[in-house]
Parts: sequence; structure tokens; C-alpha cells
Amino acid sequence: MFAIFLTSGLFLGWSLGANDAANVFGTAVGTRMISFRKAAIVCGIFVIFGAVISGAGAAKTLGELGAVNAIAGAFVVALAAAVTVYWLTVLGYPVSTTQAIVGAIIGWDLFSGALIDFGALEKIVLSWFISPILAAIFSALLYKVIAYGIKYARIHMFSLDALTRSGLLLAGIAGAYSLGANNISNVVGIFVPISPLSDISFLGWFKLNAAQQLFLLGGVSIAVGTFTYGKKVMLTVGEGITEMSPVAAFVAVLANAIVLFLFASQNLQAFLLGHGLPAFPLVPVSSSQAIVGSVIGIGLIKGGRGIRWRVLGEISMAWIATPIVAVLISFISLFILQNVFQQKTYIPVEYQITAMAELRIREAGIPVDSLADIRAKTYPTAAQFQKAVSQRMALSAREINVVMAATEIDRTMVTSDAVKRANGSALKDDQKRALRKLWGKTFEHRWQLEKALAEASPEWRVKPGDKEQSNEVLRDLDYVYRLIRASE
Amino acid sequence: MGESILKKRAGIEKQVDEFMDRVSEAGLLCKNGMESYLKGNMEAFAQAMTSIRETEHKGDALRRSIEQDLFTKTLIPESRGDVMELLEDMDALLDRLTGLIWQFEIERPDICPEFHDDFKELLHYSVESVEADVRSCRAFFKDIHAVNDHIHKVSFWEKESDKVSTRLQRAIFRRQDLHLSHKMHLRFFAKQVDRIADEAEDVADRLNIYVIKRML
Repeated sequence: MFAIFLTSGLFLGWSLGANDAANVFGTAVGTRMISFRKAAIVCGIFVIFGAVISGAGAAKTLGELGAVNAIAGAFVVALAAAVTVYWLTVLGYPVSTTQAIVGAIIGWDLFSGALIDFGALEKIVLSWFISPILAAIFSALLYKVIAYGIKYARIHMFSLDALTRSGLLLAGIAGAYSLGANNISNVVGIFVPISPLSDISFLGWFKLNAAQQLFLLGGVSIAVGTFTYGKKVMLTVGEGITEMSPVAAFVAVLANAIVLFLFASQNLQAFLLGHGLPAFPLVPVSSSQAIVGSVIGIGLIKGGRGIRWRVLGEISMAWIATPIVAVLISFISLFILQNVFQQKTYIPVEYQITAMAELRIREAGIPVDSLADIRAKTYPTAAQFQKAVSQRMALSAREINVVMAATEIDRTMVTSDAVKRANGSALKDDQKRALRKLWGKTFEHRWQLEKALAEASPEWRVKPGDKEQSNEVLRDLDYVYRLIRASE
Repeated sequence: MGESILKKRAGIEKQVDEFMDRVSEAGLLCKNGMESYLKGNMEAFAQAMTSIRETEHKGDALRRSIEQDLFTKTLIPESRGDVMELLEDMDALLDRLTGLIWQFEIERPDICPEFHDDFKELLHYSVESVEADVRSCRAFFKDIHAVNDHIHKVSFWEKESDKVSTRLQRAIFRRQDLHLSHKMHLRFFAKQVDRIADEAEDVADRLNIYVIKRML
């Protein structure tokens, strides 16, 4: 069963490779500076490196799909996103795989009655505008600066060719590595806690743990996607929007990387704020959309006559279509899987203001007196509970989050199997000991489990102000939660 | 990796430079050869002929090697076609300079002493126009913004060569004591020399377009 579920993740990886490699190598291939074959091989190798080496360290190991609480549901959500991206790849449009996934999750939210993450929707819509505009500004400025530099440095045509080619290759390698590192969790992350794989040692000097094996598999699927189907989207980016010189091709990938680094890197923001420096605002930026903006920026700085606006119009429609189509495919597929194939696509999540939950809400400084009449009443879905709450009192978005998290019924029991599986994982020894202490205990809410773990060991406590540590603890908590769920 | 790519490029840069040297050299050898011929120093003329033939062979070999590199190493994809045409054009100029000396050797025209200076002046302007082409080409590869500084000189030398050619042909046909066949033979040589400048100007015109394309 695990193998069947994994296929949709690998299909998603394949689609991602076929589409997103264009963000990295599209302009280089479009300007014929790097052959498609070479680009696909280099991209494939470094995507796999990125996935296996850095993928495991990404803050959100479970990826976006972590929000889906049943594995059959995750299978469908990944499949819906993959089909959407595949369809747009066949048409040759660069689209955001993450946005397809978020769209497919919204389809699942609608189907399961979970709350729709409107914040995520807002981010998608914002990124349609912010990504290309920021990238266009940066690429236009950068192009001016580099063109000026080349004019005064009097670089020989062949040396410039060599430098540009090396630049495109290096930028491509870096881009492919981060493509693998950042996206692998979306491809196979959800399958890590339920993986039956065990560690493999290669002659004693090289060891791959279960997660890394899955990441390797996902990385290979991305690489295969690039190699087998990546050319069309690359050519759309590299020559479909406007004709580009090799230097312009390099400027485009550089501008794309800079925009992603400055406006989407949490690490950079943490570093700048940590050193008392002003930080760039974090805004939703999609690499697929930024690269299109970079190309437009260069087209505009050259007078704009060479830009094929019809192609741009089609690309914009593809961006809008991505989440919408993913929502529809996801919703319909879930309906079929649940009703025709009798698969459990979601675990119903009930909400109830239990005594413990009430205490927790009060601790957060939110008065709950007006909710007295629904106390101890069970609601079958998040949407219904939220409606009941909002009819009784006006809460801010943050307060709603607190109330929802506190009242979510999530009965778990720390089984011996979960403890055993945690012992074999990469968790810290202290964390494992804390989990062992909770063996046999049951919890009504997920936050109770987290609180109990925090009380059992400082390694489970989130240190305020230490973003890296808190991300790590949250990731480990998510992992343990899934282990417990999978072992029940 | 980057270093080896740069080395390869240094190789092709050198080859292009050497090719341009050969074209420039052919112009000087052509001038030497014709001067020797006009002086009646046939030994020096034969020497110049041997040298220019060698230069032409070297030029051909360099052009082929550069073109092969351009394609096998897929260099400068955006300007490859233009650079190929430019090299072919420059090679055609080299061939024309060589061909002129060979025509002197084959046909041995009887050039009256009073036309010697005009012939020398005509060839000087034609060779200058080729030189300006060579400088334009070097700039095209190294400093594209400087190409125009050289291109306009090609036109200047071509016009000068036109003036001398017209004057020379008029003088030839004004001579009453020469047979028509002799006059036509001399006219043929005057036009052959003048054609070098015309072709140099055509090359410069095409180069101008390549520059515009690269600046876009």
C-alpha cells in the first residue's frame, strides 16, 4: 500500500522536474548557451544532491501536504497537484508547483470540512503580482549595470561567452540544488513517518537513513521529469517570451535568485534582524513566476518591442488556472476515492470546548463566557465549530487560531510501537526518553501531548527568540505526532 | 572547469587574431609584390608571390579551425552565424589580394611608367580599406563600441580608391598611342585593384549590421 501511495508523490516529483527546471536552466537552454541534454543532466544531479543533503534539514520536512491528515487523502492531493502541473507542462507554461499543491489541499479542505487557509490563498494571489514585478525591477537594473560593466571592461567576445556560460552553469547548479532542497519535502515528506524502509549502509562508509532514501527516490523522480519532459517549458521561458542574449539570460537567473534570496529567505531575515540590521520584508515569491518577471524586465529595458504579450497573457492565465484546476481535480478525485473505492481520505476532526481547552483559552487571555452554551458540545467539522464561535463572539484571526487549536479533538495514545519507532529515528536521546515516559498515556488534544513532552524534557521546549531551534522542535513534534498516529 | 573553458577561449581568441594578422599581412605583401613588379624586380615579385600564397594557406587553415571550434564547441550561439560570415568575407578579401598578385604573374600586364604612381596609389587605398576592415573586425570581437570608429574609414578609403580608379582609367583611355586591347587590359587591372576596396566596403556594411544585432 505504501508503494502505491508513494507513486503519486513521485509523479508530483516528475511534474515538478518537468516544469520547475525551467526556472533554473530555461534561459540558458533558450539562448542555446547550454544544451538541453547537459542542462538536464546537471540539473538532475544537483537536484538529487539538494534533496538528499539539504532536504532533510528543511524547516518543513513534511511539506505542504502535512496538513492532510489521512495518507489516502495525501495521495489524492499530491496526484491532483501533479496532474495539474503535468497538464500545464504539456502546454509549455511555467507554473508554481507549490501553488498547485496548495490548491489541491484547499480541495481537500473543502471535501473534509476543514478550515480553508485563506492566508495561503492570499499569498498565491499576491505572488502573481509581487514575484514578476520585483524580479522585473531587479533584472532591469542588473542588466543596465552589467551591460555598463561589459562596455567598459572591453571583454573579448569569446571570453564573455565563456564567462556567461560558466555563470549560467554555476547559477543553474545552485538553483538546481535549492530546487531539490526546497521542494523535496512536498514530494515525499508526507511519506517519511509511514515509511517501512530501513537504513542502508554502503560498505560501511556511507549510510542512507530511511528519510534520505525517500528523498533520493523523490530527487530521482524530479531529475527524470526534467530529462524526459523539461524542454518545452524551458524554451517558453528562454525564448518564448522574448529573444534574449546570453548575458540577458544570465541576468535573468541572477535576478531571480536575488529576489528569492532577499524577499523569501527566512534565514537572511533572521540574520539581519539578529545583527540589528533592517531586514527586507518577507513576501510571497514564487520562483516560477519570478523568472518570467526577470525575462520581462530585460524585454522592457530593451524597449519592450520584442516581448510577445500574447504568450505572457497565456502564462498569466496558466498561473490563475493552476490552483483552481488543482482544487477541482482534488475535490472530484477525493469524492471518487472515498465513495467508489471506500478509502479513508480524511480523518474527521471534531471540535469541543472541553474543560482543559477552556482553561487553555483563558490562559491565552481570551474570555470564553459567551461560549457557555456550546461548552461540551461536539462539532463534527472545523467549519461548523468556527461558525458557531463567530456567531457568539468577534475574534481576531490570531484569537481564532488559538481557540481552534485548543478545542481540536485529537485523541492519541503513545503506544509501544510508536516509542519503538521513535527509538530508531534521528530524534535526540533526551527527546526519546521523554516520549518513553509518556508511554501508555492518552491525550484528548494534540497540544496536551506537546505540553506533556515539553514538561518531560527541555529538548521538547520551544525557546522564544531562537527561530531555528523552534522550527526544529516544531518539526520534531510533527514527526512524533505522525509516528503516534501511524502506529495506532 | 572554468579555467579550462577560459583557456579554450584564449585559444580561439588567438586564432581569430592570427587570422586577422594574415589578412593584414596579405595586404602588405600585395603592395610589395606590385611594387616589385612595377620596378621589374621579378625575383622580389616571385618572393612576394610565394609569401602571399603561404599567407593565404595559413589564413584558410585558421578560418577552418575557428569555424570548426565555433560549431563543435557551440560557442557564441547568438552571433555564430554572423561571425562565420564575417570570417568568410575577410577570407574572400585575402583571396582577392592573393588573386591580384597571381593575375600579375599570369598575365604580365605591360603597365606604362606614367601609370605606375596611380596604380600604386590605387592599391594603397584598397589595402588601407582592407586594413580598416581588419581593425573594425578586431574591435567587433574586443570592443564593439569602437567598431564605428573604424568602419567609417573603410568608406573613406573606398571613395579615394574610386577617385584614383576613375582618373587612372580616364588617363589610360586618353592615350592615343596604345592599342585598344592594351587599354582594356590595363583597365581590367585597374578595376581588379579597385574591386578590393569595393568588397572591403561591402564587408564593412555587413559588419555594421552584425554590430547592431549584437547591441540589441
